[in-house]
Amino acid sequence: MNPTTFAAILPEVLLLVLGILILVVEPFWKEKDRRNTGWLTFGGLLAILVVSLLAGRPGEPTSVFGGTIRFDWLGFFFKMLFIFAAAMTSLFMMDVEKLGRRGESYLLLLASTLGMNLMASASDLVMLYLAIETTSIPLYVLSGFIVDDEKSTESGFKYLLFGAMTSAVMLYGFSLLFGFTGTTNLYEIAAAVAGAQVSTVTALGVIALVLVGIGFKVSLVPFHFWAPDTYEGAPTPVAGFLSTASKAAGFAVLVRLFFIAFAKNGLAPDWTTGLAALATLTMTLGNLVAMTQTNIKRLLAYSSIAHAGYVMIGVVAFSNLGVTSVVFYLIAYILTNLAAFGIVAVFSRVAGSDKISDYAGLSRRSPWLAMAMLVAFLSLAGMPPFGGFVAKVFVFAAAVKSDLVWLAVVGVINSILGVYYYLTVLKVVYLYRMEGEAEESHPIPLTRPYGIALVVLSLGVLLIGTLFAPWFSASGAAALNLF
Amino acid sequence: MTAIQIIFILSALVILGAAVMVVSTRNLVHAALYLVATLFGVAVLYAILDATFLTVVQVVVYIGAIAILFIFAIMLTRREMRDQGEQLNKGWGAAALIGLLTFGGLFMLLNNWRGVNATAAALPSGFDGVVELGTALVSTDAFVLPFEVASVLLLAALIGAVYVAGTKK
Repeated sequence: MNPTTFAAILPEVLLLVLGILILVVEPFWKEKDRRNTGWLTFGGLLAILVVSLLAGRPGEPTSVFGGTIRFDWLGFFFKMLFIFAAAMTSLFMMDVEKLGRRGESYLLLLASTLGMNLMASASDLVMLYLAIETTSIPLYVLSGFIVDDEKSTESGFKYLLFGAMTSAVMLYGFSLLFGFTGTTNLYEIAAAVAGAQVSTVTALGVIALVLVGIGFKVSLVPFHFWAPDTYEGAPTPVAGFLSTASKAAGFAVLVRLFFIAFAKNGLAPDWTTGLAALATLTMTLGNLVAMTQTNIKRLLAYSSIAHAGYVMIGVVAFSNLGVTSVVFYLIAYILTNLAAFGIVAVFSRVAGSDKISDYAGLSRRSPWLAMAMLVAFLSLAGMPPFGGFVAKVFVFAAAVKSDLVWLAVVGVINSILGVYYYLTVLKVVYLYRMEGEAEESHPIPLTRPYGIALVVLSLGVLLIGTLFAPWFSASGAAALNLF
Repeated sequence: MTAIQIIFILSALVILGAAVMVVSTRNLVHAALYLVATLFGVAVLYAILDATFLTVVQVVVYIGAIAILFIFAIMLTRREMRDQGEQLNKGWGAAALIGLLTFGGLFMLLNNWRGVNATAAALPSGFDGVVELGTALVSTDAFVLPFEVASVLLLAALIGAVYVAGTKK
């Protein structure tokens, strides 16, 4: 193995080492010290992030391991995002009852992150499928982690059933693709498609089958049914991880698969039209249904469905700027939504409720938490100077530049719908009072891990919204690897 | 019709018929035995396709281990071997429609493919699928990484299963 080959899988190897370390160390800790597993995971993930940034950077895009994975900036960039999201999630998990003191939960988190990393860099159908399953199976268990809670069990089970079904359909698509082209390598498939070995109808059929699996991962309408129930029942930090990293991993696969394997031979206009329709449906349905929600986790679930639609606009644009905007949007979205779910986790831990109406008086009970919520929700709504605003601007710009003005208009109208329900929550937080109680006597204490994570994420959202140039050029460098 | 085609049609009928019985019979042990029949039919298909190694794996792993495990699990966990309650819910009509449409779509898809009427080329003499597969699984120029990732996946699934099954409620 030469150094490049090793560098290509450096983050994955380190993740596995960290996971095994936890598996070995955790049983020796006393029950009351088990929470430290979270610190170990967090520290380990930060170390992996630093080491990978120093020693694992890609140069020219290369195929390694016989073409099963691609070592390029696109994959690397996504990997760093996933590791960061996992580090934040491990902080959020620490103080959740029945989750934070179990070594298994952190181990499953790491295994899932490892799978996502491979999803981002896989360039072979066999590798891709295994990566998707390595991501999903630990997440099924994590969603149902609180086994004596009916909602959590239901959440995990629903996620498992939907996941198994859609991944079976996707696998059928993969098998047809292999049958039609005789290879599992994405670049060789691209050549076969370009050489017109596969007719347009068959290619579109395969694309539809594959889209079922990926659409499930990114919760695209009509494959979104699992999302609200799963997010509602799953432990809140896990729901946050599902809605950010897992979704971003789906998009990483989507762009690589579609832009490389299905781009040639005049296929692109066909599937971009289909995806544009799905993006419209996804945004509209997500936003409309979100308006009627009374549970904050379900509201965030529908909002995350709507955000998948916005990201899809960048994919549909099918251009360099489009992919750049997708990557940039995902950075902003991961930071913002992790923060949003983190706040929900903090609140429900003390208040024991996820009802939006129970957020009344939050600004007096915990001004800093309310402030973090303001940042996260305004960024989700797409208000300047937060990350969500710039991200939306780029996505819509990409659509306009690719002559999809109508799609950009749909996106803008949907953003306005979104503002309504995000502000409704903020209204409850800032303007409503707790009935018949002095808010000061019901403080919401922030433990240290929550504090660290929320500060990092809020500052990150602000930083991306103001100093966006370096992030944008990094996204651009990643996007360049597809063209 | 060639002999292979007759064998194919027979085994396809067995697979489909047994698969329908798996989900429609009320006796769970019968369902497990029908599942064995389905899996056996699939093994026959592999044999027709010259995939000798897969045939053996299918018989040993699926019929020999997994189906037997099912039967043990049913016998050890259920006192009542009959499944009670409704077998259809109110969405069955829509599900059947989607199923039919998917079947029609796939049928059209495969009909559209040029290779659908082609006969498979004979394997080169001296071709040893097991050796090829074994080399591919451990070669750094082939599938060593997916092979290793599969073990990570299994480890994670194992830990998850032990946690879910072993945690006291």
